[in-house]
Amino acid sequence: MRATVIITRDLRRAWAGGGLWWPVAFFLLVATLFPFAVGPDAALLTRIGGGVIWAAALLAALLPVERLVAPDVEAGVIDQYVVRGVPLALVAGAKIAAHWLGFAPPLMLAALIAAGLFDLPAAVLLRIELGLAIGTPGLAALGVATAALVAGLRGSGAVAGLVMMPLAVPLLIFGAGALDGGAAAMKLLAAVSLVLTAGAPWIAAAAIRSGMD
Amino acid sequence: MTALRLADVACRRGGRELFAGIGVALDAGEAALVSGANGVGKSSLLRIAAGLLRPAAGTVTRDGAVALLGEAHALDPELPLARALRFWIGSRVSMALAALALEPLAEVPVAMLSTGQRRRAGMARIVGADAPIWLLDEPANGLDKAGVARIAALIATHRAAGGIAVVATHQPIALPDALQVALG
Repeated sequence: MRATVIITRDLRRAWAGGGLWWPVAFFLLVATLFPFAVGPDAALLTRIGGGVIWAAALLAALLPVERLVAPDVEAGVIDQYVVRGVPLALVAGAKIAAHWLGFAPPLMLAALIAAGLFDLPAAVLLRIELGLAIGTPGLAALGVATAALVAGLRGSGAVAGLVMMPLAVPLLIFGAGALDGGAAAMKLLAAVSLVLTAGAPWIAAAAIRSGMD
Repeated sequence: MTALRLADVACRRGGRELFAGIGVALDAGEAALVSGANGVGKSSLLRIAAGLLRPAAGTVTRDGAVALLGEAHALDPELPLARALRFWIGSRVSMALAALALEPLAEVPVAMLSTGQRRRAGMARIVGADAPIWLLDEPANGLDKAGVARIAALIATHRAAGGIAVVATHQPIALPDALQVALG
């Protein structure tokens, strides 16, 4: 069984039932809340807009975490992968790819709208999009690893938030830090994202494997 | 050569020993019938044989690919049956559907199937898996008499072709000359 088959299935399941629009709607909702909360000061909104978009992206990545691994464990799909000799790290890697494809491109489109809400200059918007392109694989990897860790727990959604948020802080720091135009922050963002993406499949595989015993 | 060996296998779940010293040796064409009361470890024994669960003691050797019918059917509920099966068994779907008399349900979403139909759909995944070692956990659950007879016939055909079958059940299924494994 090849990874593309698993990616296709996971992507189809994520998009079925309008799953594509949930993170986008949630992302825009969070971005819209801030102007209400801090008031209609255009200069202030432009200044915090980039950071708000990053925080909203992080929350949007967390939204589908409960649906990433637990349903497949319950339905016996993971068992069938293992019986067929598909390595769990490959399954986790495919899930990361599918999760990323499911939420990152729509989120980057939605960031255009959010940038309009905050009246961000084009240069900042460009750095946001570049940062999201670099950082979202790390968010997706973190999401799948978290999903694997909390699969089978009761109230896993709340636990997932507690597990994932602190680990996503470096992405947030360097993602928002890169908005000032610093190349160093962008490189550190790429480094963090790479570490998460490379490590998460093994962590997720170990978590799923220990859940089976 | 197709073979399945469980030597002196023990299983602990949640700190409690379910069984110990279980030995099963099956060669091509042979079958084992695992019996015992609820909660005695029939499913665990099958999961150990499938390599999903590490035995607390003993060794498991498998020579040949494994097809496992577990408690869950592992078919996407929102998909039509034929498409859900195709994910696992590819082009052998029509053969597998025919073997279980499921052709009329090919376009019905898996979520709409009854318990017995779902069990037959799970069995279709086994038939289409092209694996010599079948591990079947309660294959007759929710099936009518004709359904049970069909499963028994499929297992007999599989054994005649050199396959191995391990069946855990508390319902009578015809398994001629099967090795009896009584747990508990």
